[in-house]
Amino acid sequence: MARRFDFKYYCSEGFHSIFTHGFMSFAAVCMIVACLLIMGSFSLVAVNLDHMLGDLEAENEFLAYVDESYTEEQAQALQSQIEAVPNVSQVTFVTRAEAMDDFRAGREDNELLESLPDSVLRDRFRIHVVDIEQLQATSEAVEEITGIAYVNAAYDIAQGFVMVRNIATGVAVVLVGILAVVSLFIIANTIKLATFYRREEIAIMKMCGATNAFIRWPFVVEGMILGLTGALVAFFVQWGVYELVAKAVIQSNGLSLLTILPFGSLALQFLLVFIVAGLLIGVVGSVLAIRKFLQV
Amino acid sequence: MIRFIDVYKEYDNGTKALKGINLRIDDGEFVFLVGPSGSGKSTIIKLITGEIALTQGKLMVNGYSMSNISPRQVPLMRRTLGIIFQDFRLIDKKTVYENLSFAMRAIGASPRDVKRRIPYVLQLVGLEKKADRYPGQLSGGEQQRVAIARALVNNPNMIIADEPTGNLDPSRSLEIMMLLERINDLGTTVLVVTHEKNLVNRFTKRVVAIQDGRIINDETGGYYNGAKI
Repeated sequence: MARRFDFKYYCSEGFHSIFTHGFMSFAAVCMIVACLLIMGSFSLVAVNLDHMLGDLEAENEFLAYVDESYTEEQAQALQSQIEAVPNVSQVTFVTRAEAMDDFRAGREDNELLESLPDSVLRDRFRIHVVDIEQLQATSEAVEEITGIAYVNAAYDIAQGFVMVRNIATGVAVVLVGILAVVSLFIIANTIKLATFYRREEIAIMKMCGATNAFIRWPFVVEGMILGLTGALVAFFVQWGVYELVAKAVIQSNGLSLLTILPFGSLALQFLLVFIVAGLLIGVVGSVLAIRKFLQV
Repeated sequence: MIRFIDVYKEYDNGTKALKGINLRIDDGEFVFLVGPSGSGKSTIIKLITGEIALTQGKLMVNGYSMSNISPRQVPLMRRTLGIIFQDFRLIDKKTVYENLSFAMRAIGASPRDVKRRIPYVLQLVGLEKKADRYPGQLSGGEQQRVAIARALVNNPNMIIADEPTGNLDPSRSLEIMMLLERINDLGTTVLVVTHEKNLVNRFTKRVVAIQDGRIINDETGGYYNGAKI
């Protein structure tokens, strides 16, 4: 009799055993959903925090002052050179008159300033950077440009941001890692419990002369289906919970200090990650769990 | 064909289960293996089915050398055997038919072979009308007949029955033995492990008696002589 890869048989066996062992399948799916939800929720918080920090960073700018001997036209001509510097995202030219207006704003009662000519201030560029971590290098590069007298960048603040962000990322990675390990452990045990009920069945198959592959494949199919189901359920629950939380935050957030990313912008990535994680957990869990029982 | 040549088996805990077994069972034979519990009967069966490895000696099972068989070959070796257990070992969640088809699919039989073979085997054991029942809906004797059908379904060279009547009443036991005898008449080698003296004495077959890890009597056409053990 031919030995062949009986795809149809493996699929139908795997599919049927989900229902014949209904409760254990249900338990396994619940575990996968719970683990994915915990990790997903945490990742969503982390992504949002990161995004908010990013917003704050984008506010960070530095000033580059133009040499006093340059006329306004000459100064303005420097803009394209500054824009060409790597890591520069946005350049705004500010004339001395505008700078003086800004300076006077809020100091209207100060008579000393009335007579102050615009020429005490320099023409300047307000420069935003893409990556705040490279602020120093970027500002130095801008300073090199002929016609720029000096730059004024707040490295301390920039470094503070970078540190906060690095700490947040580190904490997030460590926590997600711990959660992933805990999840795998719980799921492996759930599946082990599920297959424990079937060790008899496996022993019978071995006695009939079934190869390990023949026994394993239906479990792999079953694990895949359970993992996929768990992933999809977790994804939709995550979506719903996220929308609810986002609504609540926005409502209670009069000052709009917090910005919440719309779920739609993250949905595809989350769906993919959930599906891959669910499949992986299901398949790896099944294979690990039955390994012991195959040694008959 | 099975050949034990000076086989010793010592378990990890130090129990010496077999102390130099020499035994030859030829194709087409019907053999009773008898002896009190703890005598080494189960060890002999487990060595034949490849569940455990022997400590010393040589064992050939249907052309496979069990002392140096590779794990990949064990399933192929098992396909030459049909194994029947005292506790039937049927899958409760599958019907009679599915229990059999599952054993056939396990060795790569096509759906067509399955459809052709199962009705024949079920008819051989007299269960053609119970194909759609679950094991829980059958009597002990019927369950054992399903197990025999499963052992036969892949057309093995040899049937090994480990205390097949241990859970059955005397009249069902006799039925099962007669069924095994009939299977033997059709050309399959049959090895029955039992300690039921009365049952053995009703047949005139080769009886191998084992005690304390040694064969103490092997009489073709003999009987289970309690006095000798």
